[in-house]
Amino acid sequence: MFYSITLSHVLTFSSLLLTMGLAGIVLNRRNIIAILMCLELILLAVSINLVGVSHFRADISGQIFSMFILTVAAAELAIGLAIVTLFFRNRGSIEVDAADLMKN
Amino acid sequence: MLPDILFLLFSTGVLVGAGLIIAARNPMVGMLGMLVTFLNAAGLFILFGAEFLGLLLIMVYLGAIAVMFLFVLMTIDIEFYQIREKAKAYLPIGLLTVGILAAEFILAANFGLFSTNITVLPTGPQPSNIVQIGNVLFTTYALPFQLAGLVLLTAMVGAIVLTHRPRSDVKRQDIGKQNLRTKEEAISLAKPKTGAAMGQGVAKHWNPKSVSKKVK
Repeated sequence: MFYSITLSHVLTFSSLLLTMGLAGIVLNRRNIIAILMCLELILLAVSINLVGVSHFRADISGQIFSMFILTVAAAELAIGLAIVTLFFRNRGSIEVDAADLMKN
Repeated sequence: MLPDILFLLFSTGVLVGAGLIIAARNPMVGMLGMLVTFLNAAGLFILFGAEFLGLLLIMVYLGAIAVMFLFVLMTIDIEFYQIREKAKAYLPIGLLTVGILAAEFILAANFGLFSTNITVLPTGPQPSNIVQIGNVLFTTYALPFQLAGLVLLTAMVGAIVLTHRPRSDVKRQDIGKQNLRTKEEAISLAKPKTGAAMGQGVAKHWNPKSVSKKVK
């Protein structure tokens, strides 16, 4: 069992991870692949949060929801990477700014 | 004491991997950071007693998602450095916003509703983690479980439909066309004279490229 680690530490850690993911989205906002990776980071932060609460509150439901998050992350990434491939095939670039087909 | 040290170790690993993802100029390095992140997160899950979820994380993320990322990175031929160069302008305002957000989150985590720091211990003898998950997943969460399967199916079909393109140089069976053929256009009867071979123009519709080239 943990000696001095409590739920607050886990929540702090996962909020740090989530903000790092957000910072990655802000800093790499032109690169779709980096944005997808940072989305994975955010989902992982939520997952760690749920598992931590599940441990410290002795409730298994958190792990179940973490599993659903895993499912959604995999589905989202499959669709996202398919769109990236399609986008690169049509526009020859993966910059977000290249997605201006609907402009004007 | 050892679990605390392990927690610090794993969480540091996760944060280092996340920093590697954010700061990577080469997306392959970012990929490496993602591997580090998810390996350490799996260790963290196992430390929290969620063995099944930790191993699932290794299987799904390191086994499937990382490989998918690598495949896409291989098929995309682009200079990532040029993209990166123009992104410097957002650095100060982005870091400011995210820093304020992080401060808020940390305050909420330490002085909020969850900061009572009471650890609830399970009472009585507990079955193993996978048995507990199975007991809940297939009873209380049976419908969401099936819906998760539906989500995965939709994602699979969607990814295939999005990336599939018909190619003209590949011959494939067209069942509708086959069924619409009539006897008249499929069969031509010939009555060759005695001693004369079956020459050109006998089978009008059987005209593959290889044969017609030879005739010409």
